[in-house]
Amino acid sequence: MPALPTLLADINETYWFPPKASTFAEETDAFFMVIMWISLVFFVGIVIAMGYFAMKFRRRPGYKGDSSALHNNTLEITWTVIPTIIVIYIFYRGAVGYLDMVNPPEGDTIDINVTAQKWNWQFQYPNGAIDDELHIPENRNIRLRMRSIDVLHAFYVPAFRAKTDVVPGRVTTMWFQPTKKGDYDLFCAEYCGDDHSKMIKRQGVHVLNDDDYEKYLAKAVKAPDHPIAKGYWLWDKRGCKACHSLKPGETLQGPSFAGSYGNMVQLYGGGEVEFDDQYIQESIYDPQAKARGGYENASAMPSFVGQLSLDDVQSITAFLKEMGKEDFYNLVADDDGLSEDDKKALGISDADVAAAGSGEAEVGDDGSSDEENAAEAPDGDEAA
Amino acid sequence: MSEIADLSALPREEREARENFLVNTKGFLSWALTLDHKRIGLMYLVGVMTAFFVAGMLALMIRLELMTPENTYLSNAQYNQVFTLHGAIMVFLFIIPSVPAALGNFLVPVMLGAKDVAFPRLNLSSFYLWICGAIFFLTAMLYTGLDTGWTFYTPYSTSTKGPVVAATMGVFILGFSSIFTGLNFIVTINTMRPPGMEWFKMPLFLWATYATSIIQVLATPVLGITVLLLAAERIMHIGIFDPEYNGDPVTYQHFFWFYSHPAVYIMILPGMGIISELMSVHCHKSIFGYRFIAYSSIAIALFGFLVWGHHMFTSGMADVTTIIFSALTFTVSIPSAIKVFNWLATMYKGTVQLNTVMCYALNFIFLFTIGGLTGLWLGALSTDRPLHDTYFVVAHFHYVMVGGTLVGFLGGVFHWWPKMTGKMFSELWGKVSCLLVFIGFNLTFLPQFVLGSRGMPRRYAQYVPEFQELHVTSSVGAFVLGFGLFVALGVFIHSLMRGKKAPPNPWGGATLEWQCTSPPPYYNFLTPPEVNDPYNYKPLVYRDGERGWEYIHPEAPEVPQAEPEPAKS
Amino acid sequence: MSEAAAHGDDHGHGDHDHLPFLAHHFDDPEQQYDSGKLGMWLFLVTEILFFSGMFCAYALYRSIHPEVWTFASQYLNATLGAINTGVLLFSSLTMAWGVRCAQLRQRTGLVVCLAMTLGCASMFLGVKAIEYTHKWELGLLPAGSYESQYLHTSIHHGISDWLYVLSAVPALCVVGFTVWYGYCLSKGQKENSEVAGSLLVTALCYFAGVGLGIFLESGGDHGGDHGGAHAAEHSTDHGDGHDDHGHAEDAHEHEGDPGHSEHGDDEKHSVLNPNANVVFVSTEVEETSVFKPGAASEKQVDQRGGAGLFFSIYYCMTGVHAIHILAGMGVLTWLLVRATRDHFNEQYFGPVDYVGLYWHIVDLIWIYLFPLLYLIK
Repeated sequence: MPALPTLLADINETYWFPPKASTFAEETDAFFMVIMWISLVFFVGIVIAMGYFAMKFRRRPGYKGDSSALHNNTLEITWTVIPTIIVIYIFYRGAVGYLDMVNPPEGDTIDINVTAQKWNWQFQYPNGAIDDELHIPENRNIRLRMRSIDVLHAFYVPAFRAKTDVVPGRVTTMWFQPTKKGDYDLFCAEYCGDDHSKMIKRQGVHVLNDDDYEKYLAKAVKAPDHPIAKGYWLWDKRGCKACHSLKPGETLQGPSFAGSYGNMVQLYGGGEVEFDDQYIQESIYDPQAKARGGYENASAMPSFVGQLSLDDVQSITAFLKEMGKEDFYNLVADDDGLSEDDKKALGISDADVAAAGSGEAEVGDDGSSDEENAAEAPDGDEAA
Repeated sequence: MSEIADLSALPREEREARENFLVNTKGFLSWALTLDHKRIGLMYLVGVMTAFFVAGMLALMIRLELMTPENTYLSNAQYNQVFTLHGAIMVFLFIIPSVPAALGNFLVPVMLGAKDVAFPRLNLSSFYLWICGAIFFLTAMLYTGLDTGWTFYTPYSTSTKGPVVAATMGVFILGFSSIFTGLNFIVTINTMRPPGMEWFKMPLFLWATYATSIIQVLATPVLGITVLLLAAERIMHIGIFDPEYNGDPVTYQHFFWFYSHPAVYIMILPGMGIISELMSVHCHKSIFGYRFIAYSSIAIALFGFLVWGHHMFTSGMADVTTIIFSALTFTVSIPSAIKVFNWLATMYKGTVQLNTVMCYALNFIFLFTIGGLTGLWLGALSTDRPLHDTYFVVAHFHYVMVGGTLVGFLGGVFHWWPKMTGKMFSELWGKVSCLLVFIGFNLTFLPQFVLGSRGMPRRYAQYVPEFQELHVTSSVGAFVLGFGLFVALGVFIHSLMRGKKAPPNPWGGATLEWQCTSPPPYYNFLTPPEVNDPYNYKPLVYRDGERGWEYIHPEAPEVPQAEPEPAKS
Repeated sequence: MSEAAAHGDDHGHGDHDHLPFLAHHFDDPEQQYDSGKLGMWLFLVTEILFFSGMFCAYALYRSIHPEVWTFASQYLNATLGAINTGVLLFSSLTMAWGVRCAQLRQRTGLVVCLAMTLGCASMFLGVKAIEYTHKWELGLLPAGSYESQYLHTSIHHGISDWLYVLSAVPALCVVGFTVWYGYCLSKGQKENSEVAGSLLVTALCYFAGVGLGIFLESGGDHGGDHGGAHAAEHSTDHGDGHDDHGHAEDAHEHEGDPGHSEHGDDEKHSVLNPNANVVFVSTEVEETSVFKPGAASEKQVDQRGGAGLFFSIYYCMTGVHAIHILAGMGVLTWLLVRATRDHFNEQYFGPVDYVGLYWHIVDLIWIYLFPLLYLIK
């Protein structure tokens, strides 16, 4: 309820709009307010006329209205022509703004490939780096080339006033020029199923200055060397984490990875199979072949053929295998790239990190990597 | 109905009581197999009201869920099913048949001066098709899992689990119901007019119904084939809409909106027709600019076919196409504006009776104006980009569909209630319901404009916390709105049980239906009625509360006219 | 009201002329006829719009993938299509003649015309059944189940099992109508025997259509054509020599031809992964569509997203049309029953006229379907 008085009284731009963070924002918002004022003039006029007539000509003793037909062509033409002129203006200004929004300036754009799938976004940068959040430099023209691998989605960043559908079977493009450093929300605006409302990147669009952007690119492109760390890195960047938690027992869309390795998995339609290297590879490349029981209603996992190499799959296998073991924390936790959220997601406490740190020298004897030693691991993680 | 028994020997009162269409034959079958358009209209009325009740409850479930940013009591999947059913039931089972099938069926022949619609059996069959479609929807609902949104966008609708085929078959059947109703009305209006009923002597409600029927006949078949192809896509993967087989989902959107945009005018045009009648009768003033309103109905119907692309401004159509669709979209705004101005001008120097019906009519103008004006943001391309698929759109079409059609429908039901049932209703509580609907509605949907312009996408089960304040406001409004509608329902039920007997012409309407008794006899008119200007109120004289208004032939000697009493509760 | 429902049209009426066929709410037969006619025309408009969706889909995909149409339409048997066109045109003639008979109150003429119309409809469906079942055997199915022709191994000779399934209902009809016809004759029920006899002829016509189809579909085996039919490039002129034979034969016969085995091998990978074109390869973005006009090879079109799409559209269009034929047969039967009871006369021939209009539109739609699907390469 407290919103209502504010709504009616406080008609100003900061109330109505998200932050202005692209070149489109200024014009779009100004135009929005122009239409607002035109509409308000008409609306207030209509309501006042309505109220005034209802009072002045109301049925009451001593008043006798005239029921005869009135007709006035001048009036009719006036209220046909004036709105026509106004809508022609609105159409024109809208079309001009639109052409600006859909046609990127020639040359000098940063092209980023966007892949949308239920329910995650993935961004591929010009240098090949892949990430699930969007990092872009300010004051540069960004062009997105977007594909969907399953259903319709729409890329929508309110702060940029930019939105375009992502249509399977097509490549749609959009562009914008961010003007303000900061972190902005990314929404999926086209209904895409169960977790449509979770297909958002909260503060996940990062507008950086040029230096930070270059640093980011350099860092993002390099996968950690250690297979376990790389497995975690892939889980984090390639969309696994949208559906598979690392917390024991937490079900997002698919089952949690925690403690899976080596267990028996109940299959949909009966039977069971061991969660081993073979099963992991099969589940990544042909997810429906041995779908897990109890997840029939979860959306079908897409195949990652062409997206994850055999090497990647081996890393993920190593990661799943070693999850929860001591060196695992060492490899993934002791890292400046690991945010508090990630730590929480992994169930890592500071004590774990400390314990892992103290045991740093002992890693390497688990057989997962012959070359592994205490000095290399942090390097790999820094790159992540 | 085939034989009009000669009851002229009986006293007038008794004769009217026996010929009254509600009771002239009795028993369940006399209703279930009736060919009387008035009974079919009433059955439709009960049907669409039930559908509205169900979909309204689903709306309240949605608003309750959105009280908090996280899942309040529904999972994401459940929320998606609830909003899908809310939309689908509201659109296909309520709004589209509400005015044309329920009120239209009752009114078109009587207003026209005909004995029945041209094809009474087709009329009855279209009612049963509606029931059939409703059963399919009910099945889909009980089976649950229908989570495609009412638009059934591919490829989601071809890949999701759930009873999509059942629902699309329901839509297909309901489409035929709608086509048959429209076809019936077009033929009725073309061939069944009594002598003297020229095109430009027809009440504006009939013009609006005629325009609506044109859309129903021309647009609905395309929906039929679209949902049929969608069902085939699901059953045997024909691939036309499926990118996996080189089909294109955008094709589906074109097909779908080619129907569904004109369908928007199936929804709103009859509401506009009702308001034209209501404004004139309750202002006791001939309608201003009759021909402009009549032509604007037809213009809206025709322009409405050319603007479907504005639902797809962000889906990657060619720039030229997009701009053309935007330009055409604005052409529809002009006839709508003309109507609003003419309604206002009708009030000028009239005698405005601020009763329940008039309150609903004014409510309509207020809400529809907001709905229409907010269309400007969405028709303009650059402002549509950020607003598309956000709550701004949700608020916009609810202002048109609910603020327009529903409020107009309720106004029409109140207006013709004495004619349909022969009972008056409580004025006081009628006005209370109107006020509650007004407050509740605005409280629900005004905040949604702000939500939309701030970037809240639609169809979100969960949302980011900064939107909560506005969502809570909206939810509170929804419950006020729901309460107001319950009050309206209470008024109707009370009227049926305790309402005082209605005179043939309680409001002073000059259209033909007010020449019949209330309720009308089963044969409507024994002889073709004398057709006058439908908006000439001069020969009407108010007697008293029991006799209402009476038609005095212009050549008759002067009759003393009583001062109409202010409406009492 | 219930009375009206029970008594239908043939009930007496209150205050106007006692015409048995005039419904109570009409003032005169003319008004009734005009209303019905307008209603029918409006209904036909909805029918055309109903088909328009599929015509749009046809136009759209044909313009995007012309080479698919070139490739896939060779599997349609133009001879059978032409025969069906002739059959339908003839049925339109008998229908129009029937309307004339009704207007002149020539009862026998009307019954004969309606029976002939029904027979033609039935024969049309018989030929259609052959066409469909033949294609099902060859795996020429809608996109989701389409089987690429160079891989197809099941060789189809003559009669498909599906044909027995489809023919079960007509066969039952033949038996049922024969029994009914005999019963009516033995009881001397003239009107019923006319109906039963006409329906028996109708059911038999289905089998006449089937026989004709079998003969034409399997009769044209010309080995010499095969090489041309299966050349890698199906250019627009290649099909000229094949119009009068079942081209589908070419494709499967071809399987057994060892001379072409290497041809099959190099295509295998695309068969195993027929949808490779839509798998997203994240490392590069190609904005080109798979099918560039003029650049596509046979293996690119002979797959689910190519020829399969053509057959989807083919089945949708002809299938929905066949449903309209069936619906038309339903109303024609209703007319037949009424005609034997002499319901129609100079003043009341509306229903025959309306059904005639409907029948012509069904015919007309076929007149468009035939060249669009069968003839245009």
